[in-house]
Amino acid sequence: MAVLNAERIKITSTRSPWWCTVIIIVLGLGLAAVIGLSAKASINSFNNQIADGKQPDFDPFLPQMSDAVGGVSGFGVLVLMILAALAVTSEYRFGVIRTTFQAIPNRASVLIAKAGLIGAFGAVLTFVLTFGAYAIAKATAGDEAGAALTLSGDDAWRSIYGVPIYAFLCVVLAVGVGTLLRQSAGAIALLLLWPLLIESLFNLFGSFGEKIMPFLPFLNANNFLGAPQGVEFHWGPWGSLVYFAVFVFVIFGAGLVVVNKRDA
Amino acid sequence: MIEVRGLSKTFGATKAVDNLTFNVKPGMVTGFLGPNGAGKSTTMRMILGLDRPTAGTALIDGKPYGDLVQPLRTVGALLDAKWVHPNRSARAHLQWMAASNSLPKSRVDEVLHLVGLTEVAGKKAGGFSLGMSQRLGLAATLLGDPKVLLFDEPVNGLDPEGIVWIRKFMQRLAAEGRTVLVSSHLLSEMALTAEHLVVIGRGRLIADTTVSEFVSKSSESTVRVRSPQLDALRSALTSNGLTVREDGSDGQQALVVVDSSTDVVGGIAGSQGIVLHELASQRGSLEDAFMKLTGDDVQYHAEGVEDVMRGAL
Repeated sequence: MAVLNAERIKITSTRSPWWCTVIIIVLGLGLAAVIGLSAKASINSFNNQIADGKQPDFDPFLPQMSDAVGGVSGFGVLVLMILAALAVTSEYRFGVIRTTFQAIPNRASVLIAKAGLIGAFGAVLTFVLTFGAYAIAKATAGDEAGAALTLSGDDAWRSIYGVPIYAFLCVVLAVGVGTLLRQSAGAIALLLLWPLLIESLFNLFGSFGEKIMPFLPFLNANNFLGAPQGVEFHWGPWGSLVYFAVFVFVIFGAGLVVVNKRDA
Repeated sequence: MIEVRGLSKTFGATKAVDNLTFNVKPGMVTGFLGPNGAGKSTTMRMILGLDRPTAGTALIDGKPYGDLVQPLRTVGALLDAKWVHPNRSARAHLQWMAASNSLPKSRVDEVLHLVGLTEVAGKKAGGFSLGMSQRLGLAATLLGDPKVLLFDEPVNGLDPEGIVWIRKFMQRLAAEGRTVLVSSHLLSEMALTAEHLVVIGRGRLIADTTVSEFVSKSSESTVRVRSPQLDALRSALTSNGLTVREDGSDGQQALVVVDSSTDVVGGIAGSQGIVLHELASQRGSLEDAFMKLTGDDVQYHAEGVEDVMRGAL
């Protein structure tokens, strides 16, 4: 309890976590509005072409639930990972980690408290934001373009409640990566490039890439969130979640082992 | 009470700390002395459980640091005053430390008052001067009212006022019956602050003794004597088995008697009826003594200096 309390004071007593939170809210809700508005524009021009007697040469953009919350589950969670990684790496940068381990010699408890605290915060924040993003996307898209944005069916619901689970796991991963790398630039670069670039690079590797892709952690996470991946997975969304969680806890566990072995 | 037993730390091929054994007793300031790079900080980090020893143990009141429950209540340590987040206020820094060991919130304001930082408590620690950072670090060590205190080079870079302040602070803590270990590379500073000395060089123990004993043992004491009957005096001294050197450094003929006292030299002169114009005891500087002792154990000799002076550049 004391460890959690100390970490809570640490996280709330510098500005950057607050800024990260503001960015997550703006990105999460802003992107939902952009998606809603572009869906509306798309269906309007589709309808106009039909009214002009032409056969439109495109399909209207009808956003799914996973599109509407994409700002939260995509960019928002990325920023959340930056926040979580910085909570560890900035302590290494300024030597505060030594003060921390002096006050709390149980190093694992420090990392677990950090991950648990930021993870829980991220889960609550993204849970609220996914509902907000859904409401904003539906409102801006209008009835016709937002037809698919309904809270019915397993997939739609999973897109809502899956985001906080995903956010929590990403925070745990970021704390683990931050602990392993100990420096901000490296940890942030890895955490951003991994889901955004590295995993999509496997698209370029032909049949070899196709075989590998069902085993990539973030593609599995997206599979759980119900975003179409164009990948043949060997298991369903829940299998993907378990797969991603195992991956996260392996990295986090490695962080715990290493932090106890090495000199602070 | 700090007990260090056979403590060793190896970084790659370098032995930073080599089989150190010493005790630090309560009720006095113990100086932990050694040239830069001697392994003082590494030893302190191992005592605090931050670095893993290659061999040996360091115990605090009979327990390894990692086994202490709420360690800030037992040990306060200031290894580096800059180990604070620059964007966190001094008060918030102390608040999280207090929370981590379930210390009451009121304790934060008490220690801030104790070190005179109450007025800047809400300011970011990154904007603090070295002296203020040092005070904040001191406040942090006092949070848990610990029995054991460790300070690593606490006066480095401070102005004279800050040095005196810290020195008095440490002496007061020791007078209250606490165990105080202070590292320094300046013997002159330790001679003023500490009662006991643990001296290391290249990670090895050189001396574990009181300050006065260390100073008198390691610094050569000589007697300078002037007389109009210099030749008679010289033969009288040498016939008493004393070693005598000529000294004309300030333009006046004088003799320097090695390893003797003014009592002995004055007695010999008196018994021979020799007139003396000057009789003074001289003591080598503490720096000389320290260098004599640790000379072989300094890790990074400044050999290049002489080359530069000879015009190598």
